[in-house]
Amino acid sequence: MSQKAIVKVEGLSKVFGNLKAVDGVSFEIYEGEIFGFLGPNGAGKTTTINMLTTLLRASGGSAEVDGLDIHKHATEVRRTVGVVPQEYTADEDLTGLQNILLCADLYGIPRSDSKLHAIELLKMVELDDAAHRKVSTYSGGMRRRLELACGLINYPKLLFLDEPTLGLDVQTRTAVWKYIKMLKEEYRMTLFLTTHYLEEADSLCDRIAIIDHGHVIRIGTPSELKASIGGDVIVVGVAESEPDISDEIRKLNLIKDVKKSDHEYRIKSEVGEESSIQVIDLVRSKGLHVTKISLTKPTLDEAYLEFTGHGIREEESNKMDAFKHRVTMMRARR
Amino acid sequence: MTDDLPVRSTVTTQEQVISEEMERERTFRAAPNLNKSPLHGLWALTNRDLVKWYKNPIQLFISLIQPVVWLGLFGKAFNFTAIFSSQPGVTQSVVDALNLKTFGTTSYFSFLSAGMLAFIILFTAAFAGMSVVWDRRFGFMNKALSTPVGRGAIVTGKVFQSVIRSLIQAVIVLGIAVALGMDTTDFGVLSIAGSFVILFLMAFGLSSLFVMLALRSSDWQTQMAMINLLNLPLLFASNAMLPVSIMPSWLQSVVKFNPVSYANDGVRQMLLGSTTTLAPLWVDFSVLAAFAGLLSVLGIVLSWRFLTK
Repeated sequence: MSQKAIVKVEGLSKVFGNLKAVDGVSFEIYEGEIFGFLGPNGAGKTTTINMLTTLLRASGGSAEVDGLDIHKHATEVRRTVGVVPQEYTADEDLTGLQNILLCADLYGIPRSDSKLHAIELLKMVELDDAAHRKVSTYSGGMRRRLELACGLINYPKLLFLDEPTLGLDVQTRTAVWKYIKMLKEEYRMTLFLTTHYLEEADSLCDRIAIIDHGHVIRIGTPSELKASIGGDVIVVGVAESEPDISDEIRKLNLIKDVKKSDHEYRIKSEVGEESSIQVIDLVRSKGLHVTKISLTKPTLDEAYLEFTGHGIREEESNKMDAFKHRVTMMRARR
Repeated sequence: MTDDLPVRSTVTTQEQVISEEMERERTFRAAPNLNKSPLHGLWALTNRDLVKWYKNPIQLFISLIQPVVWLGLFGKAFNFTAIFSSQPGVTQSVVDALNLKTFGTTSYFSFLSAGMLAFIILFTAAFAGMSVVWDRRFGFMNKALSTPVGRGAIVTGKVFQSVIRSLIQAVIVLGIAVALGMDTTDFGVLSIAGSFVILFLMAFGLSSLFVMLALRSSDWQTQMAMINLLNLPLLFASNAMLPVSIMPSWLQSVVKFNPVSYANDGVRQMLLGSTTTLAPLWVDFSVLAAFAGLLSVLGIVLSWRFLTK
């Protein structure tokens, strides 16, 4: 992967009244990667996206998208990026095709091109059969796929997805994941998504920034983040409690820690799959008998909770946001 | 039969194109040249609201009920001619003279009919802001704001759809008024065209005003309250329903500051040949042109400032 940054964010912040929604975040997104913003409710994920997509003016700091300053060249930034917002923004009274053509018109894409491109995109998200139906008859999954198609109408280099699977059923979520992976792999697109679903971040993202209280706490690949709270745990049960071979195990590659308790060795390793085989070989070469073995990989959940703490978040909200959230969830669940 | 051949060959070509497209590697075509004019997307936004409107004829029907009730019930019930002629010793010529002196035309109904044109425009324009509020609430506004479409175009699109809707409704109301007995002796191509220029200017100014008031609002209750707060004074403190001459003097001076009065005045002069005028015709045109120009410019300037937080 090329390491050319397509997004550069330096100390970006946003203050609403007394609330520092985003407090000086800095990160880079490399071309061609899927970059995830992972954080609890109210962590500042959407606010950051809204600043990068020029919907909100930043209170401080700077950000460049594809070399364009988000304040000085806001219109150019809007032409470069695609946005799939958290809410369902399609017009209920128009058909899917009319909605996507409307988006194209707002980008100034000539109809000669947008008519073809709209059909292509609707095929891609498997909505071509429903293209001439009013959006009010769409299911939640169909609406989400339509939003995705609309976000791609302007041939974006970079696509922002805000909570792309919020409130969706498993089938639709899997489909959305498939499209996201396809956009990266086949269309070489850079994607920036926010989520509070850990499995989503884990399975989709090349790199993740964990964000909380408006701060970026950690940035890394999912495996780096998991590794940072300690490695894989291998538990090996041995029939004989003597001799103690802890020191020999410790000398193996990739082993970080070994603890022995009676008939059991608890081993921490950087790569559990490799170490477990080596450990079994070692145990047997000493003439001992393996009675059981288990390998546990740390989940992103553990890493995440380690970084963000266990407290449940009470998100600040207002009437407008509450209404929008209700509408979003209502439409997703149709 | 020979006609079939070219058609068939076209079908084949289309099929070929589609299959070629499917076989091609999955990459998007190169992005086309974008239309970067500040007005791009303006018609698309206007048309969106218009489509929503004409695909829902019930909305149009309901919006026409109010002026029809005013015309058919109020306009017919207020039979000034009967009041005048019921006085002892009053002849028909005296009644005509009284009507002409008070209303500038042959009957109160004709006078009110002209006022109803401004009425329907005022009430349609007032709701131009509501669609801004709904777009904000349902997220479409954010979608539009994340595209490079001009902020001014978003506002102007809202104004245009309201202007077009209100003018179409005014045409229908005029048709109903004529059917119910409005005096058409002074109707002509120029007088009707001129009246609609006046109504266009008023619709533009009022729609800009109400869209502007809704720019930051996401609360439809507040917006409704604002509409009611402005609508009725604009209507009653004007010459839409009653002639200025019978109003107390303090109200007369208020009426003179109301742009709606000048629209009514201009329309009555042209459509009814009204002789009891508020101002010369050129003043009516100038006042409304200034009103429309000022508020639309103000709306666009404020949209740059207020649409992005």
